[in-house]
Amino acid sequence: MAGIALSLHASIRVQRNGFALDVDLEVGAGETVAVLGPNGAGKTTLLRALAGLVPIDGRVELDGEVLDDSAAGRHVLTEHRRVGLVFQDHALFPHMTVLDNVAFGLRRDSSRIAREWLDRAGLADKAHAMPRELSGGQAQRVALLRTLATEPRLLLLDEPLSALDVTIRAEVRRELSRQLSGFQGVRILVTHDPLEAMALADRLVVLEQGKVVQTGSPAEVTARPRSRFVADLAGVNLLRGRGRGRHVELEGGAMLTAAEAGEGDVFAVIHPRAVALFLAKPEGTPRNVWRGRAEDLDLQGERVRVRLSGTVPLVAEVTPSAVRELHLDSGAEVWVAVKATEISVYRA
Amino acid sequence: MAAAGLLLFLLPLAGLIIRAPWGQVGPALVAPETMTALGLSLFCSVTATVVALVLGIPLAVVLARTHGTLRSLLRALTTLPMVLPPVVGGVALLLAFGRRGLIGAPLYQAFGIQIAFTTAAAVIAETFVAMPFLVIAVEGGLRSMDHRYEEAARALGAGSWRVFARVTLPLLRPAIFSGAVLCWARALGEFGATITFAGNLPGRTQTMPLAVYVANETHPEGAIALSLILLAVSLAILIGMRDRWLGSL
Repeated sequence: MAGIALSLHASIRVQRNGFALDVDLEVGAGETVAVLGPNGAGKTTLLRALAGLVPIDGRVELDGEVLDDSAAGRHVLTEHRRVGLVFQDHALFPHMTVLDNVAFGLRRDSSRIAREWLDRAGLADKAHAMPRELSGGQAQRVALLRTLATEPRLLLLDEPLSALDVTIRAEVRRELSRQLSGFQGVRILVTHDPLEAMALADRLVVLEQGKVVQTGSPAEVTARPRSRFVADLAGVNLLRGRGRGRHVELEGGAMLTAAEAGEGDVFAVIHPRAVALFLAKPEGTPRNVWRGRAEDLDLQGERVRVRLSGTVPLVAEVTPSAVRELHLDSGAEVWVAVKATEISVYRA
Repeated sequence: MAAAGLLLFLLPLAGLIIRAPWGQVGPALVAPETMTALGLSLFCSVTATVVALVLGIPLAVVLARTHGTLRSLLRALTTLPMVLPPVVGGVALLLAFGRRGLIGAPLYQAFGIQIAFTTAAAVIAETFVAMPFLVIAVEGGLRSMDHRYEEAARALGAGSWRVFARVTLPLLRPAIFSGAVLCWARALGEFGATITFAGNLPGRTQTMPLAVYVANETHPEGAIALSLILLAVSLAILIGMRDRWLGSL
């Protein structure tokens, strides 16, 4: 398959019990796309639609072959799509050995080929084990091998690491990354874990309530979040308002001064580390100063995240010593300051 | 209340054991009539279970895949023999397969084949009464099954038949097994439909329950002996199969 450019063009609409999925997706050959979104955003439905397990309105074309075209009444059955689907909890057949699981999708010489795949993955000694005897990481690897062995043109991974223990995730993620880069087809993975998405994907597609809200490289998406979900993933404050020259008029009525704000609907992003807290009103450089109240504290590693209410609700990140000096228990009143140059503004 | 319930089960069993003419059990067991009835009972009940497996599993699959009114209708139809008095079932079978029945009449006229009052009739009567137990168990197993295994199999390129044979059926094994055991036990004890549709012909349709009934009319002690034999055989088979096939049932 090497050398052949595979690509996916999908335009998928699914209506079900008040939930609507409406996604257009283009994925190039050898590209890994992570579909990222909160629970219930429609990520799994999207994967199932691509696999042909959910009837859709729209069109799916893979490598020049039309797999779905509701207008033309065309629907290629899952078993004829050559689409690999790896389930969240692996779905290894519990009544078959590891070897039989990997051999299941192979037609000719299945046992020998399956053994080769297991050998290469260093799982030869598990060939005759039953799935229940495997660790979570091993089960994940076997599930991926079982799918890769069928040489799919499109690889779909549903939350590949979420069923695993946190302690082994990093290791399995590295292994997964290696195996993904060796796969020539189109790769799509669904996740709600930003770390997983950034470590494995070339491009992120952020899905919320059945719609794509943002797409781009992990760096682009986190630098310019377009939704609360992405802002939370990136750990930044996202505000929305109207740009007026160097000012942003926020939805609550407050004014922000930024280096450059532009005109019209804008997003403003403030990193929590750029939010400074003071006992007394600060004088001088910071252009944005207002009163705030510490609502709650959250220790994250060496830093403490402080959720502030007030004129502009923000999250600030400070050191533990600052917490002591500012008496930042819940309910403490402080002065909040943000330099104009620390606010990044872009069109909504 | 629980104790009263338990007593209801225990007392008749105790009566059977206490009043048993133990000296007669041995001779009764080796008596040729007993051996014939016992052999016929085992043959008919096992055959009925096999027929129920062959016909009942596909029926359960159809039931599990239909929805709405059609499903209620099919379900009512398949479970009807469970609520129908067996004698009524026997009469109904006679009206369908008897020499003047719906199917029975043309069969007899065209080929001279008569179903009623043959061993085949005993098997049909037992299947009719016992198959619902299998269908219900397998349908329940299908409905509570994790369908992602089947989806995973399809994504790996398996067509419907391969998915069914290699994934669905093996995963259904516990449900099929418990359904088959219930079905077999019900078939072994079948009386009403059998005597109505197949008659009481020693060596051809007289199964153990029929032999017990007849014996009870003439010499009750023989009936007790036969009952004990039937009880022992069914218990032995149930325990034997359980150890062999399923640790978890």
